[in-house]
Amino acid sequence: MRIYADNAATTPMSETAVRVMEDALEHLYGNPSSLHSAGQEARARLEEARAQIASCLGAAAPNEIYFTSGGSEADNTALRSAALAGAKKGKKHIISTAFEHHAILHTLDALAKEGFEVELLPVSPDGFVTAAQVEAAIREDTALVSVMYANNEIGTVQPIREIGQVCRSHGVLFHTDAVQAVGHIPVDVQADCVDMLSLSAHKFHGPKGVGVLYVRRGVTLTPFIRGGAQERGKRAGTENVPAILSMAAALREAVDRLPEHMAYVSALRDKLNDGLLRAVPHTAQNGTALRDPAHRLPGTVSLCFEGVEGESLLLRADLAGIEVSSGSACTSGSLEPSHVLLAIGRPAEIAHGSMRLTLSDTNTEAEVDYMLEKIPAIVAGLRDMSPVWEDLMSGKKPHLI
Amino acid sequence: MLYSEKVMDHFQNPRNVGKMEDADGIGEVGNAVCGDIMKMYIKVKDGIITDVKFNTFGCGSAIATSSMATEMIKGKPIEEALQLSNKAVAEALDGLPPVKMHCSVLAEEAVRAAVKDYYDKHGIAYDPAQFCAGDCAHCHDHGEKE
Ligand SMILES: Cc1ncc(COP(=O)(O)O)c(C=O)c1O
Repeated sequence: MRIYADNAATTPMSETAVRVMEDALEHLYGNPSSLHSAGQEARARLEEARAQIASCLGAAAPNEIYFTSGGSEADNTALRSAALAGAKKGKKHIISTAFEHHAILHTLDALAKEGFEVELLPVSPDGFVTAAQVEAAIREDTALVSVMYANNEIGTVQPIREIGQVCRSHGVLFHTDAVQAVGHIPVDVQADCVDMLSLSAHKFHGPKGVGVLYVRRGVTLTPFIRGGAQERGKRAGTENVPAILSMAAALREAVDRLPEHMAYVSALRDKLNDGLLRAVPHTAQNGTALRDPAHRLPGTVSLCFEGVEGESLLLRADLAGIEVSSGSACTSGSLEPSHVLLAIGRPAEIAHGSMRLTLSDTNTEAEVDYMLEKIPAIVAGLRDMSPVWEDLMSGKKPHLI
Repeated sequence: MLYSEKVMDHFQNPRNVGKMEDADGIGEVGNAVCGDIMKMYIKVKDGIITDVKFNTFGCGSAIATSSMATEMIKGKPIEEALQLSNKAVAEALDGLPPVKMHCSVLAEEAVRAAVKDYYDKHGIAYDPAQFCAGDCAHCHDHGEKE
């Protein structure tokens, strides 16, 4: 059996998304900027996709949707554009959080080097920032607030609507990285008072390398790739028509099936989460214990197993046919374990033993049963040969979890 | 795959894994905060390492390098075990990704620490310069050590 339980990293494409993409690759070759029939047909389909995505997000108008190469580009663009607009008015203070995706954090690092003052809000042990924290941090010279909709490692959903309302009432621009949220929980840019939002197609069964930056009408967007007049002159380059159409189809499908999928996936998640917590002693759940979609993504299970290291866990799981991820230093390719786990207060030695299992509607209960059978044995096998576990069991070191 | 077949073999079926009740020398190196700890046990007779066991907390290559290091010193004279270099361990595994070379360094240090413990416990004189200057417990750079 091979089980894919790493849907926060990426998802397999849906049948619909594949069909739409194949069809466009085969038949829809025209350049949307061309005036002849082939071009205009591609243009019509592109604009249809734009309108469809706008409607899925609750946007006021299709021209608030800008196509990008994915979540990272949307994040980079949103931050840079807002920073530039702020600087013109002498506003150089940017508020974000300690557990954003690197697409945000590394862009903020670059902006800090360029003279912006970046303030990263601390995250609570259960994985949240609050609107009150945001409000307290807002200053006269705040150019932007950027808070992720849902965290990619621990799955906590942030109080985006409250934060949006706070930002709106103070007249501060608000961006949210909704890459993990869109297609998984309800997102409505107008109700949420969002000015800019990033999404990425491959997280909801669409293709890789394509995404969206939503920019509310009236918010200035600086051109980010210069050249032709595509994307209203903001992002030049012939559009990736097949990928964009496929993304729109995948999003439509995900949004249409949202209530049904949320119920199905969260039931699987709870079974997996609770089963592993029960079967493996000295294991801690990362992020909130709340289960409703206003606080936690339907598909995310994030655990720390004491006394074992995440990369060996994930490799042993892979050998058993289970595909998951980890936030250990060895898997992040750096000296430090996941900044998200450190931000919620996990000590480094605990964060090294993390495992993230992310489910989607393509997973089954039989797969969950299989994981519940295999993973406890994998942890036990690694603990058996772990000198850290030995010290914990002999009482030489105290258990931390 | 990130790792060679040899690394995966030693990760999947580590050799000489376990503890040793009557070890003549025990070396423990690394740090849980950094994500890897190796503990090596040796049994010595007439200057020969007759048996060796290890326990490791760490990533796939940490487990594989400890396993390979135990194979490379088992049955060898102590002087030879002290010659074991991290590069030799990595080469025996058909190479390691550059970010994982520190694991082979740790394996080399674990062997040395076990030998040093053996010398200390048995009152055998040695040149302290041969051994780790005391920074073994620090996080290693995940870069290549030449
Ligand atoms: C929260 C978050 N933001 C941004 C990204 C980057 O998206 P993409 O891979 O489309 O560039 C990801 C995906 O890894 C993510 O999880």
